[in-house]
Amino acid sequence: MSGVRLLVGTRKGAFVLESDGTRKRWKVSGPHFAGWEIYHMKGSPADPNRIYCSQSSGWFGQVIQRSNDGGKTWEAPGGGVTMASNRMPQGESNRFVYDTSSETGKPLTTHQWYDGTQHPWEFKRVWHLEPSLTDPDTVYAGVEDAGLFRSADGGHSWQELSGLRGHGTGPKWQPGAGGMCLHTILLDPNDPGRIFIAISAAGAFRTDDGGKTWKPINRGLRSQFLPDQDAEVGHCVHHIAMHPSRPDVLFMQKHWDVMRSDDAGDNWHEVSGNLPTDFGFAIDVHAHEPETIYVVPIKSDSEHYPLKGRLRVYRSKTGGNEWAAVTRGLPQRNCYVNVLRDSMAVDTLDSCGVYFGTTGGQVYGSADSGDTWKAIVHDLPPVLSVEVQTLA
Amino acid sequence: MIRVMLPYHLRTLAQVDDEVTLDIAGEVTQGSVIDALEARYPVLRGTIRDHATGKRRAFIRFFACGEDLSHEPPDTPLPEAVATGAEPFCVIGAIAGG
Repeated sequence: MSGVRLLVGTRKGAFVLESDGTRKRWKVSGPHFAGWEIYHMKGSPADPNRIYCSQSSGWFGQVIQRSNDGGKTWEAPGGGVTMASNRMPQGESNRFVYDTSSETGKPLTTHQWYDGTQHPWEFKRVWHLEPSLTDPDTVYAGVEDAGLFRSADGGHSWQELSGLRGHGTGPKWQPGAGGMCLHTILLDPNDPGRIFIAISAAGAFRTDDGGKTWKPINRGLRSQFLPDQDAEVGHCVHHIAMHPSRPDVLFMQKHWDVMRSDDAGDNWHEVSGNLPTDFGFAIDVHAHEPETIYVVPIKSDSEHYPLKGRLRVYRSKTGGNEWAAVTRGLPQRNCYVNVLRDSMAVDTLDSCGVYFGTTGGQVYGSADSGDTWKAIVHDLPPVLSVEVQTLA
Repeated sequence: MIRVMLPYHLRTLAQVDDEVTLDIAGEVTQGSVIDALEARYPVLRGTIRDHATGKRRAFIRFFACGEDLSHEPPDTPLPEAVATGAEPFCVIGAIAGG
């Protein structure tokens, strides 16, 4: 029988939630890596037993964990115990070191700092892990300070795709309030060379050659906090979503504004329409209806909670502009949680499941495309990310 | 034999219950102790010293024999009591956060 596995990253550990296809009763395991921040976990589309996990800490830095059995057991690839103290260390799986200039050996580029000066790149953590669509051992990592890394050996070692930072606009990038993070990675299922990424606060970028060369794709974005509101880079993109059947159509939740592109990001137009506020973080697309999209409007960039204390998912069945609140089962008073950018996901069962996690520790699920909702768990630590695996 | 005490999260990461004991050939310094620790437990690489710079991470401290040795150069010999195993070399996670 089919089933669903939710991978929930929180401020204090990882949780794995499993149900059969009815999605009525859930088995919760965790916390895994208790006490550590789990920014993101994601399963391989090519092997659902292979799951990658970003485990980090302000004290102890970054650890990459990997499961080969659907989240039951975990290992740090290459990080096992070596019994002889004179053997060479093998713990390269935690090593994210930016490329330097091949000519000078110095930092490839600098970025804009809060005071307007230029600042060197400094690795903080992995925000997002995106496994290859076809190879369980290949996985991409989006990191803070913004960069893209790739592992082709199951997470043992990581190499930067430095063409992104080095393409020319890097010195204009700057940190958002949450840091200068590369948080979104979308792989084009029709074109192995095409990858979309997004950075706060730099914007969206695309490669068509597997990561060697990149270009900004921000035409049509307008940001009031920029001196040139239509600048090539500097936009605070919060998240981008795609339906796999139409990879040229992208939906974006920007800092303010919900945007849409029909040409792989070359041009964007606003589809906020009748949303009560177009600030927010999360956005996703229905598994079977490419024109049905979901956002969770948040009051403002100064007040990160729902309007009027009412937690409301808004659904558009027209690819944007026309939105309707779907609220059955969601708290409609005294609710002041946030829904972070990587905290919404959909399953691919016939009746599409939609899930999102909150900073209040709830994970809500809908087994009917958002018509009705139920809290799967109430009291986890603040949720940083939610991903779904639909199991055969 | 050198005794090393790790903070809770690094003990769980390295899957050790208590103190770690290490044999060190040559001079016993901060650097040689952590080199040996990382060689034995590769998963700890990057958690005590930054991968790129090799410097102590900001919220990590090194204590031994009632002294804070965090700001000593890495090649400074550790106290004799640490080198003989009478006292542990303590890796401390700073008290911070909530």
